Amino acid sequence: MAYILLRHRDIENLHKLDVYREHGGYEALQKAIDEYTPAEVIDIVKASQLRGRGGAGFPTGLKWSFIPKGPGEKYITINSDESEMGTFKDRELLEYNPHQVIEGALIAAYAVGAPQIYNYMRGEFMDIGYHFEEAILECYAAGLLGENILGSDFSCDMSAYYGAGAYICGEETALLNSLMGELGQPWAKPPFPAIEGLYFKPTVVNNTETLANVPPIITNGAEWYTSMGTEKSKGPKIVCLSGHINKPGNYEIVMGMTFRELLFSGEYGGGIPNGKEFKGLLPSGGSGPVITADALDAPISYEGLDVYGSVMGSASVVVMDETVDMVWAAMKMEHFFKHESCGKCTPCREGTYWMDQLLHRIYEGEGTLQDLDVLKSVANRIGGRTLCALGDFAINPVLGTVRHFSNEYEAKIKK
Amino acid sequence: MNDDLVKLTIDGIEVDVPKGTLVVDAAKKIHVDIPVFCYHPKLEPVGMCRMCLVEIGLPMRDRGTGELLLDDDGSPKLNFGRGLQTGCTVRVSEGMVVRTTTEPVKEVREDVISFLLSSHPLDCPICDKGGECPLQNLTMEYGPGVSQMDYSLKMHNEKQVPLGDLIYLDRERCIQCARCIRFQEEIVDDPVIQFHNRGRALEIVTMSEPGFDSYWSGNTTDICPVGALTSSDFRFGARPWELTPVPSLSPHSPAGANIVMSTRREAKSGGRSVIKRIVPRQNEWVNEIWISDRDRFVHHFADAPDRLQKPLIRKNGELTEVSWDEALDLVAEKLQAHSTAVAGLSGDRLSNEDLYAFQHLFRRGLGSNNLDLANRRLAGGDVTAQVGLASGSNLQDLGAGDAILVVASDLHEEEPIWWLRVKQASERGATLVVLNLRPTRLDKYADYVFRYAPGEAIVTVRQLVNAAKVETDTAVDQLTAAADTLIKANNLVAFYGYEGLTYTETDTLAKLLANLLLLKNEDKAHAGQINSGLIPVWPHNNSQGAWDMGIHPALAAGYQPVEASGMDAATIYEAVHNGGLKALYVMGADPVGDGRMPNRGQLDFLVVQELFLTETAKLADVVLPAQSWAEREGTFTSGERRVQRYYQAISPLGECRPDWQIAAQIGERLDMGKPAFAASLLFRDLAKVVPQYKGMDYRSLAKVAEQWPLVGGDDVYYGGTSYKNEAGLGQQWAAAAETDEVGLFEVADGDTAVTTNLPLVRIAALYTPGTLINHTPMLADRLAAPTLHLYADDAQIIGLQDGGETVIQVNGRSLSVQVCVNGHAPAGLALLSGVPWFPGMAEFEIL
Amino acid sequence: MTFTEKYAAEIEGIMARFPHKKSAVLPLMHLAQHYYGYMSREAMEEVAAILDLDPTHILSLAGFYTLYYEEPVGTYVLEICNDLACALRGADEFVEMACDKLGVGVDGTTEDGLFTIKTVMCLAACDRAPMLQCNLKFEENLDEEKFEQLIARLRDEAANGRTPPTVVEKVAAYAKSTS
Ligand SMILES: Cc1cc2nc3c(=O)[nH]c(=O)nc-3n(C[C@H](O)[C@H](O)[C@H](O)COP(=O)(O)O)c2cc1C
Ligand code: SF4
Ligand code: FES
Repeated sequence: MAYILLRHRDIENLHKLDVYREHGGYEALQKAIDEYTPAEVIDIVKASQLRGRGGAGFPTGLKWSFIPKGPGEKYITINSDESEMGTFKDRELLEYNPHQVIEGALIAAYAVGAPQIYNYMRGEFMDIGYHFEEAILECYAAGLLGENILGSDFSCDMSAYYGAGAYICGEETALLNSLMGELGQPWAKPPFPAIEGLYFKPTVVNNTETLANVPPIITNGAEWYTSMGTEKSKGPKIVCLSGHINKPGNYEIVMGMTFRELLFSGEYGGGIPNGKEFKGLLPSGGSGPVITADALDAPISYEGLDVYGSVMGSASVVVMDETVDMVWAAMKMEHFFKHESCGKCTPCREGTYWMDQLLHRIYEGEGTLQDLDVLKSVANRIGGRTLCALGDFAINPVLGTVRHFSNEYEAKIKK
Repeated sequence: MNDDLVKLTIDGIEVDVPKGTLVVDAAKKIHVDIPVFCYHPKLEPVGMCRMCLVEIGLPMRDRGTGELLLDDDGSPKLNFGRGLQTGCTVRVSEGMVVRTTTEPVKEVREDVISFLLSSHPLDCPICDKGGECPLQNLTMEYGPGVSQMDYSLKMHNEKQVPLGDLIYLDRERCIQCARCIRFQEEIVDDPVIQFHNRGRALEIVTMSEPGFDSYWSGNTTDICPVGALTSSDFRFGARPWELTPVPSLSPHSPAGANIVMSTRREAKSGGRSVIKRIVPRQNEWVNEIWISDRDRFVHHFADAPDRLQKPLIRKNGELTEVSWDEALDLVAEKLQAHSTAVAGLSGDRLSNEDLYAFQHLFRRGLGSNNLDLANRRLAGGDVTAQVGLASGSNLQDLGAGDAILVVASDLHEEEPIWWLRVKQASERGATLVVLNLRPTRLDKYADYVFRYAPGEAIVTVRQLVNAAKVETDTAVDQLTAAADTLIKANNLVAFYGYEGLTYTETDTLAKLLANLLLLKNEDKAHAGQINSGLIPVWPHNNSQGAWDMGIHPALAAGYQPVEASGMDAATIYEAVHNGGLKALYVMGADPVGDGRMPNRGQLDFLVVQELFLTETAKLADVVLPAQSWAEREGTFTSGERRVQRYYQAISPLGECRPDWQIAAQIGERLDMGKPAFAASLLFRDLAKVVPQYKGMDYRSLAKVAEQWPLVGGDDVYYGGTSYKNEAGLGQQWAAAAETDEVGLFEVADGDTAVTTNLPLVRIAALYTPGTLINHTPMLADRLAAPTLHLYADDAQIIGLQDGGETVIQVNGRSLSVQVCVNGHAPAGLALLSGVPWFPGMAEFEIL
Repeated sequence: MTFTEKYAAEIEGIMARFPHKKSAVLPLMHLAQHYYGYMSREAMEEVAAILDLDPTHILSLAGFYTLYYEEPVGTYVLEICNDLACALRGADEFVEMACDKLGVGVDGTTEDGLFTIKTVMCLAACDRAPMLQCNLKFEENLDEEKFEQLIARLRDEAANGRTPPTVVEKVAAYAKSTS
């Protein structure tokens, strides 16, 4: 099947504007402007049931519809912060298929009436952003950005922005604070960005991959899009596969495929290296609970892991074989959250530090049974009480591993 | 039903509160406690500490019809959402139901406290905040019984970090609530402290020079909910429960900042009580719950070791200690002997009682009107009596649709509280118009900034007032546009000062502005209307009182014109020099030190009543030791004409007496009768004479009313260590225009012809050396050194360089100054800071 | 020459991208750090002056964002990801090997001032571990041999003064061209 998102794998040099246009590039934008009113574009995206690929899965069309109508200062920000452990899909799009992202963002801008787009890339993407900025320049030269795009009365500017090393800046309000030159700390919602976002003006924040889905939806229609996927998860999804797997990398799948197929089919992951047994996988990087072999037949979709107590999130699948010490893995992940907690709210700031300390002690064989109890209780006391979702993510390394591998913890407890 | 009120239920109690109220505030108003750490009622909510999590339910509606959904019992169905919500960020809405005592709420409070304690040191016994610490209080109330964090896992941080010379930070105690940072950023716009790092490593830092460079830094120690921020003078100084709080007023603030002095008896002071610290006292009409660092830290003079303690008489050329009777007899004798050639000069930091008694002595006892303020800087007290800010006004009420005009004053340096309140009014939408010779910190918030050339202040204001007289539809220029906004504003407040102006010019200025306030727009003038009127930016805390009490050669107490005017200060200095005066009585002023009077000239007798042996006192025949304001009670009147009381905080030093008593005891020797028994009785007498003060007494001045936010008591975590006002909000006296028709003022031409091509203007700095501040060692490093500010081109022409030092000659005195070329001074004007005031514009020469 | 002078056009271009100049602060800090080698006091004060901010704000950002170095670093900063996904593919051992080879510890700088080794969180290259970023350029699918080659190449480059433009400079050049 032909790629919908990773089209550069089918078409060489797709990152160049002329190549992209030769293959139908910017026709979706043209079509949106020529054939649809902004409200109709939003309706089509709503009908496509496209959900955010940044992890939370919020319906994209609905999000756009929250933006107040009419002229005024409004913004589209592309969330290319991509810092979740195990995630590297947006990076590939930015590098090799940038125009599809730009085109998607332009359609979003047209739909909500935003005259300015920023692409917030993590600072570590400067090397890739360089290519992305080239694509922006090409667009300006070709009248695809700037005044009167494609000869219409739709005008829109776009520029690239680089963060400077902070996972939290992927959270939408932290991202906006960062873009405003502030500390990258989230704010308490409401106000939601759709009402008060960048510079306190209505703002759409969408993931890079989310926006790459928009041009094909406009070109082929909502019905085409909803024909793919499961009941609640439509369309294609890029899955990042890493860890103990023969063929790591990005895979474009149609939602609904099972984890088993992804891991073991020769077309995808190709199995676990060195004949080792599968032990568990993280379906959503460090931020979702680990799942074990019993969940391998679950479909990759927003709802597919509900019954297994986990989430697809951004679909960053990190595979672990039988040799992995799960306390060690939890410790690694908790170190990440402790390192990345912005420090703004009490439970996350104090709790991640506390869990990290306890995990180290337990891993080093110095922990007591009481430490283990405190560890679990600290995790339970963070959940649902933090300012942003990072706190909810940060407890999953502990809760996930404790649920499935409590024996490994107990084995390390000081006798 | 009032549309602006919202009905909700908190723990079963129904309440109506204004739309937009936060859930925590709504609860506080009905005395339901929702504990907070990061929330502060004066700061924007941020919802970061998570202490205030409560259950919040909203009535559910049918998606299609919008009708309320009802439970079986007919009550509205409620949606409590997926989890707890922060009461400090959620605003009330109709039908909302809040639950603050349920199990999940109790649990989360306990958990948040255990998280905070997981890295907080348990050093309460040695912490300055112990006893008035929100964390300590809330831990007692809501905390877990035991600490679960193993001590060996705790993070250890630096415990004594000077954020500058005034404020210390204990990094271990900080709970990262950001109150301090947010105060500096949101309230006072000095964002000189910030978080550094992130996560558990978050810590407060500053990079300013000097450290924590803000005139407001002390307020952070009040609102810090733990003992992380402390002031360098109070650290380890005393435990809060040993302190006696005494309500008082700042001895500097012309806005009348309300303070509390925390005092304690100390063995090392011989059992005397001493001032351990000064904190704000809430007065939402005046200073809310903030005070500037000047008002907080300049109290050390009261305990300075070199305070005068005994009367002195010059004997054989030496000032020698004598008894009060000996000193007073001599003074009475000499003043009476010279009664045809006697004069009195006073300072404007003394109480109304002092000033009243002083003028009474001169007018009644000596029959002299030769009376004035030693530093006669700003005119217009009489104009203010007509069109001053109307009684009942509160600058906090100014906002969209209102306008504020500020002329010839640098509010940030002269009275930070007014600067703050004007800034906040502008942030609420009031139009701000600033006219000055040079850029000041107020410009940033101004809608119109007009810069006039040296000598053209009056011309410019006159243009503005004239422009306001003409009805315009389309403004031809900025000045006309500004004038149009001013005249059409709902309320208009005009501040004026004396930067670069002579006394006569300030008189003209006051009258011009009065006429602006008296101008009618659609048959209505601003003068006399609540939240409108004139405010002189007085140089000291009680300059207004000095006018009211009649420290003036032509106006007796209560602005009664005298039959024959006496000498004003300038004439007095002249007469001292040429022998026209024989005896001079100086109370609470230092004309020699301030460069107003080079020496004692041809005086036969000089008596000085003071706290310290000032330059003037050193030349005196008799020196009378006065009590500082902290040692006795009295009243001050602010520039908004609010008469306020302060109370005795510490025991009198040595043999010092209150100024009013000394003056009255001299009067007693001149057959004026017995001195009043107490300040309160003297006040009652003066209130009979001064019509504006009619009906006031110490009791009426002590009246209080409930204020928002609620502070003090069990609410330390709500307002910080600012004190609840239980001692009085004071009384604003009515300007004439509130009741009577006031006619336009006749205005003389008053411009100075600028004779020099690089005139020199003295500019204010908050910490300008002076008799009181010089005795506050902790501010020594921040005292403004004499500095000459020049525009780059001008500096080049006269051959001076940034950072250099030079000696200049000005007003006949030579002065060594630092040279500063950094953009403060506009082209063609030299500015001089860090020196006592001199009138108008001067010529200077480089020596 | 100060950073402000040298990059005047780039600074102008960056500032032109935003309606509020405070937004330019992170990009300017990247550039200032490139010029001064790390966020020195000078660098912070200069950025603050350009944007009319209190220098404390710059210090605050420098502390929050990990890509700003508050202490001097080597000419080449090798940031090795040893987050879980990379660690599953030997990143921890790779860090040890790299430290051994250069004779420094993590966060240490070689005596010749050329290399600093840091470990960092996930860099979005988990499928190509072990990997690192050298002055923000991705170096992927590494092993001991490739690491040695990289070091040799960089040493050679430095010795011959052929340091190519860094990623920060390249990106800044875009801002310049679009202003
Ligand atoms: C701690 C945290 C990190 C996040 N990181 C990212 C990220 O790197 N990229 C992203 O697109 N969304 C991230 N998100 C989700 C965003 O907040 C937001 O939901 C998303 O950008 C919305 O876009 P979408 O609706 O297109 O998915 C993160 C959320 C949290 C709480
Ligand atoms: S120093 Fe005090 S006020 Fe400032 S963040 Fe820390 S605890 Fe809060
Ligand atoms: S979160 Fe509400 S008081 Fe701190």
